[in-house]
Amino acid sequence: MPKKKIIAMLLAGGQGSRLGVLTKSMAKPAVPFGGKYRIIDFPLSNCVNSDIDTVGVLTQYEPLALNAYLGSGQPWDLDRMNGGVFVLPPYVSGSKGQWYSGTANAVYQNIPFIDQYDPEYVLILSGDHIYKMDYAKMLKYHQEKNADATIAVLTVPMEEASRFGIMNADEDGRIYEFEEKPKVPKSNKASMGIYIFNWRILRPYLVADEADPASSHDFGKNIIPNLLNAGANLVAWSFNGYWKDVGTLKSLWEANMDLLGSRPEFRLADKDWRIYSKSAAMPPHYLGAASEVKECIVSEGCVVHGKAEHSVLFTGVHVEQGAEIRDSIVMPNAVIGENAVVKRAIIGEGAVVEAGAVIGSEPTPEDGSYDTSLTSDITLVANTVTVPAGRRIPVGMIVK
Amino acid sequence: MENAFGLIYTGDASMQLRDLTFSRSVAAVPFGGRYRTIDFMLSDLVNTGIYNVGIIAQRNYHSLMDHLESGKEWDLHRKRDGLFVLPPFVTHDNTGVYKGTVDALRSCMGYIRRSSQKYVVLMGSHTIYNTTYNEMIKQHIASGADITIMYNRVKDYDMSEQFDDLRLKMDADGRVTDLALNPAMPETDCCSCDAFVMEKSILEYLVEDAYAHARYDFTSDVLLGSVQSLNIRGWEYKGYVARINSMNSYYRHNMALLDKAVSKDLFSSEHPIYTKIKDEFPARYVGEGRAVNSIVADGCVIEGYVENSVLFRGVHVAPGAVVRNSILMQADDIGENSTLDHMILDKSVTVGTERVLSGHGSYPVILRKGTKV
Repeated sequence: MPKKKIIAMLLAGGQGSRLGVLTKSMAKPAVPFGGKYRIIDFPLSNCVNSDIDTVGVLTQYEPLALNAYLGSGQPWDLDRMNGGVFVLPPYVSGSKGQWYSGTANAVYQNIPFIDQYDPEYVLILSGDHIYKMDYAKMLKYHQEKNADATIAVLTVPMEEASRFGIMNADEDGRIYEFEEKPKVPKSNKASMGIYIFNWRILRPYLVADEADPASSHDFGKNIIPNLLNAGANLVAWSFNGYWKDVGTLKSLWEANMDLLGSRPEFRLADKDWRIYSKSAAMPPHYLGAASEVKECIVSEGCVVHGKAEHSVLFTGVHVEQGAEIRDSIVMPNAVIGENAVVKRAIIGEGAVVEAGAVIGSEPTPEDGSYDTSLTSDITLVANTVTVPAGRRIPVGMIVK
Repeated sequence: MENAFGLIYTGDASMQLRDLTFSRSVAAVPFGGRYRTIDFMLSDLVNTGIYNVGIIAQRNYHSLMDHLESGKEWDLHRKRDGLFVLPPFVTHDNTGVYKGTVDALRSCMGYIRRSSQKYVVLMGSHTIYNTTYNEMIKQHIASGADITIMYNRVKDYDMSEQFDDLRLKMDADGRVTDLALNPAMPETDCCSCDAFVMEKSILEYLVEDAYAHARYDFTSDVLLGSVQSLNIRGWEYKGYVARINSMNSYYRHNMALLDKAVSKDLFSSEHPIYTKIKDEFPARYVGEGRAVNSIVADGCVIEGYVENSVLFRGVHVAPGAVVRNSILMQADDIGENSTLDHMILDKSVTVGTERVLSGHGSYPVILRKGTKV
């Protein structure tokens, strides 16, 4: 097989338990985002736009939705003669086989896949971030610095730095210390979980890490510290731009809200950096004569007869007469019935909110106590659930 | 899978389509916010289970080729069969310009002969509907017909728009007893939908026989004269049919999509209509931007007011602009405080600020592709 300069390994195995019931039957990267996309469209489109044509997608949790979505890779132009997109689940070899036990282990188990291409560089990505990044620029920096590994870092507010893996680097960008969630952070350069390694250097570290029974087989916890201890040349590459970890319900909701307005925080309307996705083959959306749609994103296949304000309506959503949607995201093919009200909510794929139901209403004593640890003030209706007519769902509740 | 292949003739268009077909064939005319007319024919065939499709290109076929590419969007990018674009070519007995449909069919006889299927669905490219041909083929075989013509019953027909208007008179048994082309006073409301099913061998015979007798038009020279000698039957289609045969009908059928029943009929979820994917972002409504009773495609940014209109992909309506009763094709840009009423803007038209453009319901005004106002 012809040699590749760089290939990408996309870690898509996480369950995404903080997304609650949204990831009950699909891996996190398959979760819908931004009206017509799924989370994985962002790293995949970044790869294609950065001229990376070989991507291994490492998956083990509920892979069906993701597998079906990726197909041949054609929507991302990743159906290639040499390269393309590959779904790589754990497998049994000889009499042995094991699940991916960590990010490093997942890549370790796929060394034969990477070796086929004999790449100079391997780009490690995660499947739960929303951002537009030119990996080619990062690679150029990596080459210029003659680095063994380059870690993309984001400047975060100092007071939040203790929530992240912090890279302490000298003026030249060379990392001398890595601290995972430090109590007293020395810098505010947070690792984005995006790495470029020289494959020749990473490969023996993966093998050694696998042999270490004490290791948790994680890039952040094991591989990066081990490289640092061995005196490898690790550099930090600063990324300036929008980046959002959509690992929680609140952050998923926020990232969707960031798309709205005349100057959105995150701009999808970018002809130079298109985000590709699988098309649903639906007609353009229709806004009815009595509809009132304001500050919204509306996708193909939607039919809106009611009101929607400051919301994201995904493909094929129906909003009936008199319904009111505000500050919400309504995922593909959901139906909002007549006179229903949806406030600050996430409505899952194919969910039905029947006539007159209220999602995100003020809690009353009858609601009793319920767990809002995952939702805070966002109300969630799970995929394909029906909320019966007239039902009130209080703020922060999860309907499953 | 049906034991049939599809053959779409994209040559002729009504002169009444004016600037719509200035630089494209009628098959490539944009329709319904994100489609071109040929998307309906191709999707109808694919949804029927027909995966061998030939497209006879005649003039102005660049935009058509660009749209079709390898046929992958219609699932027609295949090793066995698939999509075949058949442009004219010059040989010792072919000048490259067809004298008519018979001539065009004869020039692609190689493709017809190579097709392994027993039946052919022969169709034009200006009649839009969403159906499958399975029932029609079934009836064709069961009835023992030589040719089956798909038709629908038309009412309120405007004779001034008449183009390729083939009327079928049938006996109680469904056999066609008379065919009339563009009759001034039609004796029947059964109007051909420009789709014909027959055995491939019959098509081969009819084409060669007509050519040998210097007859060049399939409808007028072959069909009309064969009512007695051939068993021609009709198959009635009861759904919505849009004949793109004049500017007015083009306007009317686009506007009809604002009617729930029509859009449900033409865009059934059971039989999706496939088209070329542009990877545009979903439409954005910004600030005071509003749209009512309108169809809006992906990639649109609405900052002004839109009413009773069809907006194709990537249209921008600036703040203060008002668009009513209009069709705006891909990448049109309407400047601030401009007003449009009963207008058809072809692709990439730019309207500056504070312009007032207006046609009339009886005569929508069209601006040619790329016009700057």
